[in-house]
Amino acid sequence: MLNLAVALALTLTGMALLLTGERLLYGPTLPDRIMALDTLYLNAVALLVLLGIHFDSALYFEAALFIALLGFISTVALCRFVSRGRLFE
Amino acid sequence: MLREILVALLLIAGAALVLISAIGLVRLPDYLSRLHAPTKTSTLGLGCLLLASALYFGTLHELLVLVFLFLTAPISAQLLGGLEVKDGIKPTEPDEA
Repeated sequence: MLNLAVALALTLTGMALLLTGERLLYGPTLPDRIMALDTLYLNAVALLVLLGIHFDSALYFEAALFIALLGFISTVALCRFVSRGRLFE
Repeated sequence: MLREILVALLLIAGAALVLISAIGLVRLPDYLSRLHAPTKTSTLGLGCLLLASALYFGTLHELLVLVFLFLTAPISAQLLGGLEVKDGIKPTEPDEA
């Protein structure tokens, strides 16, 4: 039963990734694309957590932690770059 | 057995919330209302998934990711909201949505 639930959850998360990718491709403005990237890394964290349960391995958790850290930093960097024009004063 | 059922329910609830927020990201009419859709992924969706993982492995490591996401989600939302002012994107009026 757990296998079925993991398969279903993986399918739903994969569909979410595709929809977010559509916003990333066709987002009318630059902030839309940055927001889509922000959502994309959150979905990647969700996918990695699900894969960790699917393969019964705790290794995926560390990858999820790294993606969460780097995703946040990249969102902050992109927002600052767009709003200020440069990253460092 | 009970734990397995609970993990399965949390997984499906979390994944459904992730999908709902992605649908909101595609369907909502303007930038500021789209900004609120991904917050469902970062709080409740990933919260359910990480709780399921913590329950499945019987460890508390996953809460580390959860706390980090809860701390950083408002910061990135604030920064993304600030971009709207800069680009002059106007919110949609209720009658034209």
